[in-house]
Amino acid sequence: MKPSIQIRPKMRIETTAMDALMVRLFDTIDEANMAWVIAADQALRAAFGNALIDLVPSYTTLLVHYDCQQLNHSDALSLINKTLCNLTPADTQAGELHIIPVWYDESVGPELPLVAKRAGLSVEALVEQHCNHDYCVFALGFAPGYGFMGLVDEALATPRLKTPRRKVATGSVGIADRQTAIYPLLSPGGWNILGRTNVPLFEYAKRGDPLFRPGDKVRFKAISRAEFEADGGNTTPMEERS
Amino acid sequence: MSQVATRKAPAGMLVKQAGPLALIQDAGRFGVGHLGVTQGGAADWISFRWANWLLGNEPNSAALEIVMGGGLSLETECEVHLALTGADLDAQLDDKPLAPNTSFTLTPGQRLVFRQPRQGLRAYLAFPGGLNAPEVLGSRACTAREQLGGLHEDGKPLKVGDRLTWQGDAPAVKQLPDSQALRMPATECRLPVVLGSQIATFSGRSLFQAFNQPWTVDNRADRMGVRLTGPVLNGSLTGIISEGIPLGAVQVPPDGQPIILMNDRQTIGGYPRLGALTPTACAMLSQCLPGTKVWLTPVSASQAQDDYRQQLTVWREV
Repeated sequence: MKPSIQIRPKMRIETTAMDALMVRLFDTIDEANMAWVIAADQALRAAFGNALIDLVPSYTTLLVHYDCQQLNHSDALSLINKTLCNLTPADTQAGELHIIPVWYDESVGPELPLVAKRAGLSVEALVEQHCNHDYCVFALGFAPGYGFMGLVDEALATPRLKTPRRKVATGSVGIADRQTAIYPLLSPGGWNILGRTNVPLFEYAKRGDPLFRPGDKVRFKAISRAEFEADGGNTTPMEERS
Repeated sequence: MSQVATRKAPAGMLVKQAGPLALIQDAGRFGVGHLGVTQGGAADWISFRWANWLLGNEPNSAALEIVMGGGLSLETECEVHLALTGADLDAQLDDKPLAPNTSFTLTPGQRLVFRQPRQGLRAYLAFPGGLNAPEVLGSRACTAREQLGGLHEDGKPLKVGDRLTWQGDAPAVKQLPDSQALRMPATECRLPVVLGSQIATFSGRSLFQAFNQPWTVDNRADRMGVRLTGPVLNGSLTGIISEGIPLGAVQVPPDGQPIILMNDRQTIGGYPRLGALTPTACAMLSQCLPGTKVWLTPVSASQAQDDYRQQLTVWREV
C-alpha cells in the first residue's frame, strides 16, 4: 500500500488546563493523519524530556501535560511551536500488523444477527467482511490497552446500543459506528459485540508495553470454537458474564 | 548464628470492618496516559500530602483514602504512629474522639474507627514510610475500574481481613503548624477554572450562566467525575472527536449539565469542555458533599501556575 498524500496539518496549540496544552493537527478522522500524529508524539517526547508528565495522542490531537515546576505556560507553548514547526510525517509502514484470532458466535457476540441484518448480509458474510480489512489503530484510551480502530466498512457501521451493557466480557470484539475494538477487561460498554478473542491486551498494557500502538494495523481472523478453546479461550456466554 | 530464628513476624493493622470505600492511594500513575491508563491517585492531594508530611514521609508515600467513613475499623497489632488529615469523619480511637489533621500513636490492640462525614468527604491516613502494596506502572494507586493497584493488585477497596503493613518504623512525627489549618469546603466554595479553547462554542447566555451563578454538587459523584446541576448549558458542539482529557476538565454532555473529570477519569473523551479546574480546585471539589454550592471562577493558566507553585512551597517552608 502506498502512503497516502501527506497534507501538512494546520497546527493549533490550545490551552486546555493549568499545566496541559492541546496540540490540534486535524479536524477530521483519517488514516493519513496518523503519520503526523505519530511524528508529533515522538518529537514532543524528545523535546520535553523529563518535563513531560503525560502525552496522550488521539485521532487528531495530542494532549501535552507538562511539569509546570520546570516550564511555565509560555515556555511550554514555545517549546511545542519550536518542536513541531519543521515536522515531517512518520513512516506509517513501520506500524506492526497484528493478526487477532476471534471466535465469532452469537453466544459471545450477541449482536452478530443485528449487525448482519442491518448490513443485509448473512452472519458468515458479515464475519468475512469484518475480517477482510486491515484496521488502523487510531488511539488508545477508554481502558488500559483499548485501541480505537477503523474504519469499518460503511455497510457494517452500527450505532451504539441504546442501553449500554453493565458488563462486557474480556476479549469482546465490537463495532460502534465505523469503529471496531476489543475490550481488554470486563467493563461497561455499549458497542455491538460480534465475538471474542483470547489475546491478553490488558496484561500487555499492565506491563507498560501495549500490544497495539497508534498507527499499527489489526486484521481479525475467524477461528472455530475448538480453536478458541484450545487457545484457552473462555466460552462462557455473554449473558452469563453480565 | 541464624538471625531468622529471632526475626519477628512483621506487625500490621487488621481491617476488622470495611467502610463503603477505603483505597490505597499515592500521588497517581503518570506517564501512562498513552496506554489508556488513568491517573488515579489521592483526590484531595493537598490533604494527602499533609498526612505524609506529618510523619516525615516522602510526599508520594502510599496512604489510605477513606471516603465517608461508614464504620471502617482498623486494629493495630503493634505500636505505630499515624497521621490523619482531610475530612472530619468522626474518627474514634478506642471510642475516644480523634481530631483530624494530627498525628498520634496507637498501641497494640487499639482500634481506629471512622464513622460518618461531619466536614468534607475523604480522610487520609498516612503510615510510617508509606503503606506496602505492589507497584503497578510506577504507582500504588488503586483504580477499581481498571483493576489496577491496591493490596491485591485488583484495584479493590479494603475489605474485612485485609492486613495493612508499612515500610518504615520510627517516623519524624510532626504537628500541623497553626498557620496551616486545613479547611474543608463548607456549604459554598469557589473553584478556579482555566478556560479552554472550546469555550467559544458555548452560547453567550450559557457562558454567563456558567460563571455567574452557583452550581450544585450532585450525588452522582465519584473518583471518575463529579456532576454539577444548574441551568442547562448549550453550544454549537454536541460531540467532538475524542481527545485527551486533563484533570479537572469541565465537560458538558448533551444534557447541558457539566461533569468535572477527576483522578480516575477516562484518558480520552468526546464532549466539549468549558476548561479545566486547577489541581487545587479539584482537591477542594473532591471534599464537597452533595448539595454544596460551587462557583466556577475563571483564572488564567499563568496565574493558576503561580498559585500552584506557591502552594508547593508550603511544604518546603514549614
